[in-house]
Amino acid sequence: MSSEHLHHSAGDTASFLLAALFCLALIFYIWASLYSSRFYKKWPVYRSVLWTGGIVCAIGAIAGPLAEKAHTHFTAHMAGHLLLGMLAPLLLVLSAPMTLLFRTLRTGSARLLVGILKSGPVRFIGDPATAAVFNIGGLWLLYTTGLYAAMHQNLFLYLLIHLHVFLAGCLFTASILYIDPVPHRRTFQYRAAVLVFALAGHGILSKYLYAHPPRHVSASQAETGSMLMYYGGDAIDLVLITIFCFQWYKAARPRSVPV
Amino acid sequence: MFALADLRKQAVSQRQCRARNMWSGFLFGVGFAAFFDEAVFHQLLHWHHFYDKSTTSAGLVSDGFFHAFSWFATVGGLFLFADLQRRNALWLKRWLGGTLLGIGVFQLYDGTVQHKVMQIHQIRYVENILVYDLIWNMSAVVLLLIGAIVLYRTGKEASYEQ
Repeated sequence: MSSEHLHHSAGDTASFLLAALFCLALIFYIWASLYSSRFYKKWPVYRSVLWTGGIVCAIGAIAGPLAEKAHTHFTAHMAGHLLLGMLAPLLLVLSAPMTLLFRTLRTGSARLLVGILKSGPVRFIGDPATAAVFNIGGLWLLYTTGLYAAMHQNLFLYLLIHLHVFLAGCLFTASILYIDPVPHRRTFQYRAAVLVFALAGHGILSKYLYAHPPRHVSASQAETGSMLMYYGGDAIDLVLITIFCFQWYKAARPRSVPV
Repeated sequence: MFALADLRKQAVSQRQCRARNMWSGFLFGVGFAAFFDEAVFHQLLHWHHFYDKSTTSAGLVSDGFFHAFSWFATVGGLFLFADLQRRNALWLKRWLGGTLLGIGVFQLYDGTVQHKVMQIHQIRYVENILVYDLIWNMSAVVLLLIGAIVLYRTGKEASYEQ
């Protein structure tokens, strides 16, 4: 009884730490938008709204009533994952954080950051195909092995997995949608193909979970949870696909003949 | 300033325009059929099941890819439509031919390979399933044929004009 209680309060501390990190990210973004607007064009308010929305989604997934319920309730867990791994990353990527960071940094640090972004390893993990493997492959690993059950016993695993879901979601979204400047641009065709593969991997896993629940998850929980994963994923992906196609549409515009 | 070569590259030839009208329609048709299937047969009528446990793993994979592709195709096909329109290159008859072909192809594949071979789910869980299967696949063939005829005829029209 007491060890369970200990585990519980340790879990609360971990959630609190993660939530605090997200709050710091929010404060920093707002500060940077105000600070850099003194030297450059005013930073658009809608971007700050998107960033705030993304942070709220992420915090909602790791702290508060939904996160509490997610420990025992697979459907709540899935709702949290949609928020943490898909919706929050989409909103955060749309708020162009790297552009804001570059406006805020001094030239020297900005140059250093460009150097890092252009480096081989970053290029490798930023490729849509690698990002899709991190993102969707990670989910397969989590739900089709004993990892899901182990996550609820081990605090470190719990933190690691939630961070992974969030970061992989951000990485994947940013590798498909180019909102910030991208040093290694991939073609629209390539990104579209990876996106379809990733969507398929997500959809197949959802249906697989419907019939093969992770350990300690009841059949009825698995059924509603997997349907939420499938249709909720579709809804967020529809936004992703639409923005992606719109970017393609804009890039393919016919240029008028110069007079 | 644009070089002449750039302009040539940007100009869409008549042949390309013909192909684009067809593909835009086709993609939208595939997407529309999948959307209709999901909205009407899964959500409204509850005839199709999300997953009935007789599905083969190949069926699960096929279904996943078809679903992902068609979801993308619905949006992509419509953006291609918008692209044709802004280039003044939209040819509605040919576009609709492509749409009908896309709907027919999707429905026929769904009705034969996915429902029957891979056992993803049945059209409806009733005794006389054969009637449902026949109507499903025959309507698919009819749509497919009308689409193919329209595409063939618009293709011929275009070559006469040239």
